[in-house]
Amino acid sequence: MLSKSGVPEKKQIEEVMPSKERLASGPVVIVECFQEIPCDPCYTSCKQGCFLPFEDINDLPRMDFEKCNGCGICIGACPGLAIFIVDETYSENQALLSIPWEFKPVPAEGDIVEGLNRKGETVGQVRVKKVRPSAKKSTTHVLTLEVPKDLAHEVRSIKVKQ
Amino acid sequence: MDKTEILIVGSGPAGLKGALAAAGQGARVTLVERDPFLGGQLVKQTHMFFGSKEHYASERGFKIAEKLGKAVKEDPNINIYENTTVLGYYEDGVLSLEKEGKFSTIKPEALIMATGAQENTLMFPNCDLPSIYGAGAVQTLMNVHGILPGKKVAMLGAGNIGVIVSYQLLQAGVEVLAIIEALPNIGAYHVHASKVRRMGVPIWTSHTVLSAHGRETLEKITVAEIDADFKPLAGTEKELEVDVLCIAVGLTPLTEILFQAGCRMAYIPELGGHVPLCDETLETSVKNIFVAGDVSGIEEASAAMVEGTLAGLKAAYNLGYGRDSYGELVKAARLELDALRRGPAGEKIRSGLERLNLAGKEAS
Ligand SMILES: Cc1cc2nc3c(=O)[nH]c(=O)nc-3n(C[C@H](O)[C@H](O)[C@H](O)COP(=O)(O)OP(=O)(O)OC[C@H]3O[C@@H](n4cnc5c(N)ncnc54)[C@H](O)[C@@H]3O)c2cc1C
Ligand code: SF4
Ligand code: SF4
Repeated sequence: MLSKSGVPEKKQIEEVMPSKERLASGPVVIVECFQEIPCDPCYTSCKQGCFLPFEDINDLPRMDFEKCNGCGICIGACPGLAIFIVDETYSENQALLSIPWEFKPVPAEGDIVEGLNRKGETVGQVRVKKVRPSAKKSTTHVLTLEVPKDLAHEVRSIKVKQ
Repeated sequence: MDKTEILIVGSGPAGLKGALAAAGQGARVTLVERDPFLGGQLVKQTHMFFGSKEHYASERGFKIAEKLGKAVKEDPNINIYENTTVLGYYEDGVLSLEKEGKFSTIKPEALIMATGAQENTLMFPNCDLPSIYGAGAVQTLMNVHGILPGKKVAMLGAGNIGVIVSYQLLQAGVEVLAIIEALPNIGAYHVHASKVRRMGVPIWTSHTVLSAHGRETLEKITVAEIDADFKPLAGTEKELEVDVLCIAVGLTPLTEILFQAGCRMAYIPELGGHVPLCDETLETSVKNIFVAGDVSGIEEASAAMVEGTLAGLKAAYNLGYGRDSYGELVKAARLELDALRRGPAGEKIRSGLERLNLAGKEAS
């Protein structure tokens, strides 16, 4: 259970997933934020209006996935590091997954690293396609990874061999 | 003896915002901080903050300290004493200060106490072994002085502080073997818990540390599962080889000076211990003595900032400043504070404040 282990349940993840059709039509944001806390920078950072207006700062994010262009700005704005972007249209077997990264070393583009699931277990090897700082002078990076399609909703972190 | 209009003790988010609010109304402020730098807890916070834009959400704590510190230093109405500790309060409203071994006194017309809180400790066999630290101490070592506490750490406490300091240990390249929590649920925001969990750190709820072992310094700890009455379950003991144990089991408001000043106090567990009775603008039972931030109840930097603003506005008002804008500004700040506390995460603080209110009514 999320409140006992820090790992969200399958059901919770399904509830925040964009529809199959939306996933199949291009990059889209996935927001794994399940607890009402006084926090709203996801909403204020997105200029496309994907996050529906917060009536109360404690609201859970509610999404209009149609408006999302996958730009990734919200990833670096979320202090909970709870936002990811998946592009299932990348290739036949692979999807692109963007995650926030605040550790050293920052992997280089082209590196092969271990893909970790929500429990921190290695579930496969992934290739780092793109590395960018989330904003000017920010120390949160956004990593875009090439992942096997069946792991696009499993991998949520990486391990870089030192 | 020095004189000042408003004396603010402590330069965390509450003290800094209080100084800016009072000075903004035209009052002359003296800000006293025992550390050689401004910012309080913010200085150690390398993670992005929650909250909304007005509370600097998405910014890292130390950046917020820099911004507010700069504004305070540039304000001609604010006089800053760093490296200076307030030692005591005398009956005639005089406070004694100590700076590098030299003593002095100061008499303010209004006083805002924004002293924050201190870490709680925990007793178990060998809990006095070297390398058993408060999580805040470890954070200071790492993030202020750049010193690693050790190589393998166990964290006791899965509240926000325990989980965030675990994350910062990971960032510093230290291995965190487990986060151990006596309660059946994680107290930290779940997004924080998930981010350490996906880096491979297990969180053991309903567990505690039974004892520590080691000859000169910490070598290992014994951990066990506990039942609903916090009794260890036989047969669940396991040993963890660690060279550091971090304790993050809550904070207690630093209220000694408020006791000395004769402020009416109440013991409210939800707020962290003894806290002063106070009104909507954080004025205590003693006229012109205010509190703001963690000293009035353990909460968050976002709430501490708004409380600082409220106390600063009211203290200035009491001295005759900002009579025109006071009402509007206080109203806006009160709304902000209520919004922060409205959700489920604010339940503990709400019930604590309710009890404090009741205690206040009984007292009057
Ligand atoms: C690990 C961690 C993570 C946190 N994360 C967040 C977060 O994401 N968002 C959030 O909103 N909050 C967060 N907080 C909470 C936040 O840091 C505190 O609630 C906030 O700093 C309290 O502000 P304050 O001004 O009351 O006290 P403090 O920041 O503690 O400042 C008190 C100051 O008073 C000084 N002082 C004390 N006594 C004296 C004396 N006698 N004389 C002179 N000076 C004195 C101290 O040196 C200190 O500088 C976090 C806290 C910790 C420990
Ligand atoms: S990825 Fe860009 S468009 Fe999509 S929700 Fe985030 S900020 Fe908005
Ligand atoms: S910014 Fe992140 S943690 Fe905060 S509400 Fe939005 S998704 Fe949740």
